[in-house]
Amino acid sequence: MSYDLNGKNFDRNLDLKNLRPYGDTLNDGKVQISFTLPVPNDEKGIEAARALAMKMGLPNPLIAEAITLDPDHTMYVVYGTVNHTVDYTDIVVQTVDAPSLSRHEIEDLIDAEIKRDVIVVGASTGTDAHTVGIDAIMNMKGFGGHYGLERYRNIQTYNMGSQVSNENLIRKALDVQADVILISQTVTQKDVHIHNLVHFIELLEAEHLRHRFIVIVGGPRISHELAKELGFDAGFGPRKYAEDVASFFVQELIHKT
Amino acid sequence: MKSKLNLNKDNVDKARNYAKLIASDIQKFINRHTTVSVERTVCRFLGIDGVNELGVPYPNVIVDHLLKNDKLQYGVATFIASYLKYERFPLQDLGTRIDEGLSDISKYDVLDKKEVYSILSKYISDSLSNVRQNASLRQSYYDKFGKKEGPLLYVIVATGNIYEDVVQAKAAAVSGADVIAVIRSTGQSLLDFVPYGPTTEGFGGTYATQENFRIMREALDDIGEELHRYIHLVNYASGLCMPEIAAMGAMERLDMMLNDSLYGILFRDINEQRTFVDQYFSRVINAYAGIIINTGEDNYLTTSDAVTEAHTVLASQFINEQFAKLAHMKEEQMGLGHAFEIDPDVENGFLYELAQAQMAREIFPNAPLKYMPPTKHMTGNIFRGYVQNALFNIVTTTTNQRIHLLGMLTEAVHTPYMSDRHLAIDNAKYIGTTMKNFGDEIQFKKNGIIQTRANKVLDDATELLREISAIGMFEAIERGVFAGIKRTKTGGKGLDGVRAKHAQYCNPIIDHMIKELEGGEIDEL
Ligand code: B12
Repeated sequence: MSYDLNGKNFDRNLDLKNLRPYGDTLNDGKVQISFTLPVPNDEKGIEAARALAMKMGLPNPLIAEAITLDPDHTMYVVYGTVNHTVDYTDIVVQTVDAPSLSRHEIEDLIDAEIKRDVIVVGASTGTDAHTVGIDAIMNMKGFGGHYGLERYRNIQTYNMGSQVSNENLIRKALDVQADVILISQTVTQKDVHIHNLVHFIELLEAEHLRHRFIVIVGGPRISHELAKELGFDAGFGPRKYAEDVASFFVQELIHKT
Repeated sequence: MKSKLNLNKDNVDKARNYAKLIASDIQKFINRHTTVSVERTVCRFLGIDGVNELGVPYPNVIVDHLLKNDKLQYGVATFIASYLKYERFPLQDLGTRIDEGLSDISKYDVLDKKEVYSILSKYISDSLSNVRQNASLRQSYYDKFGKKEGPLLYVIVATGNIYEDVVQAKAAAVSGADVIAVIRSTGQSLLDFVPYGPTTEGFGGTYATQENFRIMREALDDIGEELHRYIHLVNYASGLCMPEIAAMGAMERLDMMLNDSLYGILFRDINEQRTFVDQYFSRVINAYAGIIINTGEDNYLTTSDAVTEAHTVLASQFINEQFAKLAHMKEEQMGLGHAFEIDPDVENGFLYELAQAQMAREIFPNAPLKYMPPTKHMTGNIFRGYVQNALFNIVTTTTNQRIHLLGMLTEAVHTPYMSDRHLAIDNAKYIGTTMKNFGDEIQFKKNGIIQTRANKVLDDATELLREISAIGMFEAIERGVFAGIKRTKTGGKGLDGVRAKHAQYCNPIIDHMIKELEGGEIDEL
């Protein structure tokens, strides 16, 4: 604790090449973290927490609290100044680059360019029983004030619900001659979603169907980057709605034909 | 308890009567049917356990053998009795003998019920006395440590590995948890067999196996001795193996079981006919074993709106109460579910939650209600989440809910870390202490927002129950009345395991349990 009023001699300029966290003053680099160590709550434990924080790049960490969870586990709340910076100007993220259109723009685009209904099949697959995500995208009602695909005049939807096997999903997509397959994955523990998604792509490839459909995955832990890596055409995470995914697949369909 | 809500008593009576009609209508269907899992449960109570080298449990081997030979409609008991009568090999060998083609029990004529009872009576009384002993052991723990008043703090463990679960569960008990629920692995509810032995590989949860139950029970008894508290153990008698898991829970002294066929129908797409029949036997087992059930209506509010659909939760609680009564459960065993799931952005949402929680307590005064924390509107903003959970804890304490499921600040992020659980317990203990008698001190304004809300939910629930009683439960589910999810009578998983009973059908286990339950011989809870 210091009463030095001149102590905060940080650079007053925002340097995007050396971006640092903001606590209460630009460039102060302040962060908070917490973690648990499987050791008793004593001085030695606190020292271990400090040492760990230092290795994380906080040269002078404050262990604000050490909380006993049980005799052998202690949780630490840590504050400190991080000595790392990142070059913000150098950051590239893979995002879906199709511009997001409104529902009416999408409908009009389908009329003008595709000239028939677009057929979409979707499901929450594998052992996943979560449907709220796929329903948010596909069902009439939509989510958070964004209507779902079912509402679109010229999009035909088949929402198969949850716990759908990859085999059944592909069969359905063939049956209804789908243009687009939508998959939702919520449970990610032990990468169960990755295994399932890879299996889906492998099945498609084995049957030489990969290019027959536009395949898209979404869910709270899905990013576009991950989706591309796994061989999907796109991935959508939180705060994405029907119009985001429809904008993408309609423009893709137009490119394809 | 003096009513604070000025609830319309006539409506409560009406709602209860409609629910009675609805449940007894389904019960007629239940009484005429059996299922593969019901029959496997009979095997288990007769002492058949273990798996063959392909990992198939022997109860499955035996029941599948009868199913294949189209004999399941008689129940497995008569054939097992014949095996003992004619073949004279030990009962433990039956599974292997069927596997090896040495025994074909399906060829025997159906025995008279009395004869089945007498041949099997030794096996039945052995296993049922073990179950009764478990119930009295639980009671002796209560006698020794005292029974906690007020909300029981309930947390989950879900590492996927039973040995890691033990570490987490013990730490939670030290922090102050009264109840530990071991969440099941994704996908287990759709398995038509119960995995065997200790398991270390689960997704989003740990497999429910009898050995896992035993391991966790032992660990909780140990830590309970140290802490001088009884730590309750919970698992899921749900999915396609509902009654078998209830049996395992009864044998290993679980204290609570999630047990609700509507949850399976709506959230796992399990066939309605199958799971209604399964639920009945599992509830009789729970009734017999002194186990508290937890029902799943709280989940409706994850797929439908918590403000406009609150009455569906209440309606379902009424129906679950009647199903439980038909299975001879006491009200003290009915952990009916409800939840704090209103969108935090709704103006006066807290008042509605308080109204509904108080309403449930007044309508089901003897039931140890299971109150679920916010889940759907929890986000990655854990700091805000901690506040949401605090508000929930205030309602729980104020309305004195019995089974207090603790909200995790990381609900939207991952299955709980040890520290998440500790913070949750800390939050609940703080509010439970600082607001202990708050509920006794307050009254609600006459015809104010809270009283009006409670009566509105009750009105709507009564009206919904009236409609359901007119069209029947199957039709109501087909119309998507609960959780906005539609299911059909012949859809979903597990219908192929249902058989209409033959006139000579016999299930000596359930007969025996019901007889005792009606005679009131089982120990008090
Ligand atoms: C509701 C809920 C349930 C309900 C589901 C009801 C239903 N029919 O869906 C019930 C109670 C049944 C349930 C069960 C389980 N759940 Co759950 N559940 C939740 C909860 C509370 C909310 C999820 C939700 O509905 N979010 C709202 C939707 C709209 O958000 P979303 O899915 O992210 O969708 C948006 C985007 O991601 C995107 N999106 C999603 N899908 C798609 C698809 C496409 C194509 C596109 C373009 C976009 C897109 O668009 C949507 C709108 O923006 C979360 C916790 C939380 N607060 O997040 C836990 C949670 C997801 N559940 C979890 C778990 C573990 C389970 C169980 C496995 C527990 C168990 N062992 O039994 C079981 C599931 C069993 C199984 N077989 O899967 C964990 C997952 C942990 C993990 N990451 O692995 C969570 C995070 C809770 C926790 N902390 O433990 N659950």
